Amino acid sequence: MASGGTRREAHFDSLERQAGAVRFGMWVFLASEVLLFGALFALYASYRATWPYAFAAGVAENDAVLGTTNTVLLITSSFLVALGTERRAHGHSRAAARLVAGAAAIGVLFLVIKSHEYLAHFASGIFPGGRGAHFDHAPAGSAIFFTLYFATTGLHALHVTAGIVVLTFSAVQLRREKLAPHALDAVALYWHLVDAIWIFLWPLYYLARG
Amino acid sequence: MQELLRKMLFLPVEASGTSRHIDRLHFVVIGVTFAGAFLVAAVVLAFVVRFRARGEAEPTPVVVVPRAVELGVGGALLALFVGFWVVGFRQYVGLHTPPRGALEVYVTAKQWMWKFSLPDGRRSAGVLVVPAGRPIRLILTSRDVVHSFFVPAFRIKQDALPGRYTSTWFDPDRVGTYPVYCAEYCGVDHSRMWASVVVLSARDYGRWLEGEMPEAVVRAGATPALEGGVVAGTELTTMAAEGRSAASRYGCFSCHTVDGQRHLGPTWQGLYEKTEELANGQTIVADEEYLTESMMEPAAQLVRGYQPVMPTYRGVLSQPDAAAIVEFIKTLRFDRTAPLVTLPHTQATSEDAK
Amino acid sequence: MNDASYLTAGTTIRSWLLTRDHKRIGVMFFVLNALALAIGGTFALLMRTELLHPRGWFMTSMTYDRFFTLHGVIMVWLFMIPSIPSAFGNFLLPLMIGARDVAFPRLNLASLYIYLVGAVVTIAGLVIGGTDTGWTFYVPYSSKDATAVLPVLLGVFIIGWSTILTGVNFIVTVHRMRAEGLRWMKLPLFVWSIYATSIIQVLATPVLAMTLVLLGVDYVFDWGVFDPVRGGDPVLYQHLFWFYSHPAVYIMVLPAMGVISECVCTFSRKNPLSYEAIVWATLGIALVGFLTWGHHMFTAGISVFDAGAFGLLSMFVAIFSAIKVFTWTGTLYRGSISLKTPLLYVFAFLFLFVFGGMTGVAVATMSLDVHWQDTYFVVAHFHFIMVGGTITAYLAALHYWFPKVTGRMYPERLGVLSAAGVFGGFMLTFVPHFLLGNMGMPRRYHNYPEAMQPLHVISTVGAFLLAGALLVTLGYLVWALRYGAAAGPDPWASASYEWRTPSPPPAHDFDTPLSLERGPYDYTGGRSEPVAGDEPRREPEAQEA
Repeated sequence: MASGGTRREAHFDSLERQAGAVRFGMWVFLASEVLLFGALFALYASYRATWPYAFAAGVAENDAVLGTTNTVLLITSSFLVALGTERRAHGHSRAAARLVAGAAAIGVLFLVIKSHEYLAHFASGIFPGGRGAHFDHAPAGSAIFFTLYFATTGLHALHVTAGIVVLTFSAVQLRREKLAPHALDAVALYWHLVDAIWIFLWPLYYLARG
Repeated sequence: MQELLRKMLFLPVEASGTSRHIDRLHFVVIGVTFAGAFLVAAVVLAFVVRFRARGEAEPTPVVVVPRAVELGVGGALLALFVGFWVVGFRQYVGLHTPPRGALEVYVTAKQWMWKFSLPDGRRSAGVLVVPAGRPIRLILTSRDVVHSFFVPAFRIKQDALPGRYTSTWFDPDRVGTYPVYCAEYCGVDHSRMWASVVVLSARDYGRWLEGEMPEAVVRAGATPALEGGVVAGTELTTMAAEGRSAASRYGCFSCHTVDGQRHLGPTWQGLYEKTEELANGQTIVADEEYLTESMMEPAAQLVRGYQPVMPTYRGVLSQPDAAAIVEFIKTLRFDRTAPLVTLPHTQATSEDAK
Repeated sequence: MNDASYLTAGTTIRSWLLTRDHKRIGVMFFVLNALALAIGGTFALLMRTELLHPRGWFMTSMTYDRFFTLHGVIMVWLFMIPSIPSAFGNFLLPLMIGARDVAFPRLNLASLYIYLVGAVVTIAGLVIGGTDTGWTFYVPYSSKDATAVLPVLLGVFIIGWSTILTGVNFIVTVHRMRAEGLRWMKLPLFVWSIYATSIIQVLATPVLAMTLVLLGVDYVFDWGVFDPVRGGDPVLYQHLFWFYSHPAVYIMVLPAMGVISECVCTFSRKNPLSYEAIVWATLGIALVGFLTWGHHMFTAGISVFDAGAFGLLSMFVAIFSAIKVFTWTGTLYRGSISLKTPLLYVFAFLFLFVFGGMTGVAVATMSLDVHWQDTYFVVAHFHFIMVGGTITAYLAALHYWFPKVTGRMYPERLGVLSAAGVFGGFMLTFVPHFLLGNMGMPRRYHNYPEAMQPLHVISTVGAFLLAGALLVTLGYLVWALRYGAAAGPDPWASASYEWRTPSPPPAHDFDTPLSLERGPYDYTGGRSEPVAGDEPRREPEAQEA
């Protein structure tokens, strides 16, 4: 984040104002992110109404156990970051660093599982754009389901990757005691959003078989 | 009066009943627009004259409009706008509600021409011939990109979409030839994607049905702007429609769906030219040949994942019927919804058939 | 005034390129936007020239299609959307709220460079052959098109992020950087309009970004999200596109409305007839503007009832604009009106905007839209809003704040002359478009029926007049940069906050903290003391060029 330091920048009257601006800025940015995914959710809703059968069949192709595992992982990771911000607020930068690093590590685990799922899909002939042997027998509309699946989870995975980078960087800065509480708050907010978006993807792509 | 306003606004001649209603609303709305703009201009001018600065940096009184005046003005304008909407919405619903007994015309757009086919099998490209005094319902689709069927004289416009049917209608009541434009950008010859609607009197239309070529039809077909704009005469086929009827007679739909759902047999939707994996592991493209063979020898090349339960139709299904069913399956390439209620009736009605 | 102004605080190129000063960033945005306007305008002139003949006379249809596409893309994304917010907004927003800078100056500079990269990528697409999809990129045409769609999509996508970051920055700035004690309902109206614009930028642009990404992957990898053969729906693309692009119209016009509010008050020396009405109408437009996108699709085959709802909601948006026009006009009442160039542009704006807005009501009237949709009538309607509205306001802003930005006065007489030229040229260009639309001339037509030629010729003549007037404006403004009379802090004797600091302002904006005793629209005189050091002084020589 631009204003990640613990020092007040010249154009702010006080450090509190600066901290408030950074937190608030992240909220506004997250609103934008929600709308970014919103477009994909809108497509999901619309196409599911058109192809209920194909979408239900598509969800059944996804591994609900892996999806749920990933949900648990992200919630745990979010929880660690929340603990980290709480530690940092009390001045314990190093404890916070450990928690944030742990959160990043769980994020990596999430990506590993996600990649495994993708590879399994490729193995069973499911590629984006309706290509692959799977679609020769799948009901019409399956191509759309999986294209949306890859687009949405792919975009989410990109966000997770960005989150891991930022978390790692924050952990390093925390260890050097160079990260202000408000900067960590902003990072945590972002990570919570990544988590929250997954909470919506999970039922739509793993659970809603009916 | 209406005629004068129409000419002042450069509107094309009104050639249908609906277009006259729409123009009446048009004149009111444009009148209000003019009135609004010139009223604002007049008030501004009056204020400038009256309240021109007399000195440097004069103080002025604080004037705040009473809430009631503000709400009154806003409310009055809103009532006016909603009034437009009410009339406009009713007309719009009318534009989407063809009367019973309308003559149905299938319009297929492709880069860059308009093709018309009538339920009786007549087909033409570039020229649509219709009788005056009878409502015409158009059912549009596109073979490639989005196009839009626009007849200024009827004040109608409807996008033609790939993979979907849309419809509109008009009630021509004035004999003449009216240009059709494509109004949705569709590529390099977008601005040449023209056609004509030739409205004939009932008597001329009857003669045209009997094979005569009235002057207007010939002229419209010869318009140089129309590429491929020749009247293709009366080529008798709505094979796809016949195919659908045959498929239903022979019970195909008890095992095959047309909406993409898997049933006892593979769905017909998107089947044509699809690559199918067979039970023996080979793959095959579902072309005309394969589709025909599957009717006659269903078990010969069975698609993987299905049981060999289909009986042979050899000797049961006539060759024309089989071909018609293949044609029907071909039309399902883009369709996404099941019942295809918009498909033409299979028998030509007595009054249209010769 | 011993302090160096922002212009003289560091004169190296590096001091400009790496600046975090919102004023310098605003000026650089302005220069880039003006360049985009020139490029987009050139395409417009070439198209108008080509349309002199019903079959065209010096381009192929392929070239013509590329030109209208680039005209649209460049004008919408490279010029209109960033024009007032990123250039004037950047310069003025902190000054108008008594802040030393925007909340995130580095992010602000990043926005500039992201915009620049996006613009370069878009223009690169132009150089390597251009694209012919129209600025709307409708599928399936655009996803199967052979031209350079990708760089243009990518360029627009990148510029989108610049827009979003600027929006985030401005929202936070308005919320968190206001001078101590500056309450929301004391903010200058321009700040409100930029604030509402930023909300739209932040919430609508990501939907466009996502849509363009889906279109891009479809184009490159053939994913076919909107492909009917695979069960997709091209109309859904249109929904997503207009979910952004209709609010984007308000991104373009709300800042213009803010400019009008400022100019009306300054040059009539009056408080707005109803400050609150303008504020609520501004926010109302931002909100309801999100719910009207379907009125671009009345003929696209959407359901009659969807269309009805969109039509009705569009009427509500129109009401907000109507209330504003009423308020601006009424503000003149009992004022002390000086007919300076910016005010002339305001009057032009009022006339053209009522015309443009009322024809907006006309095209929202659904049965009428069926005839007008995708014809020159719609072209005329939105050019009345975009050129007659936004560019007119842009020119008003340019003249009004020119002294603030440069410390110099522009030559008033030439200003009046070119304002007249702009108005005349504009009317001549776009009034015929209404009539052409009525005749049934569809948009994006290279060939047209011969009966339409006279109107096309008139329109082309008007376009050159308009361009000439703009060139004259450019000429005397450049001249005035060097030779214009010194402006002094407040040449218009305005009460608004940005005039309470020297012109050009010092690098840190305010020498003394902004005093809020006198409101931004307080022209009662004597009731409150003028701010020390910012005594509204008229410099007589400033009036004569």
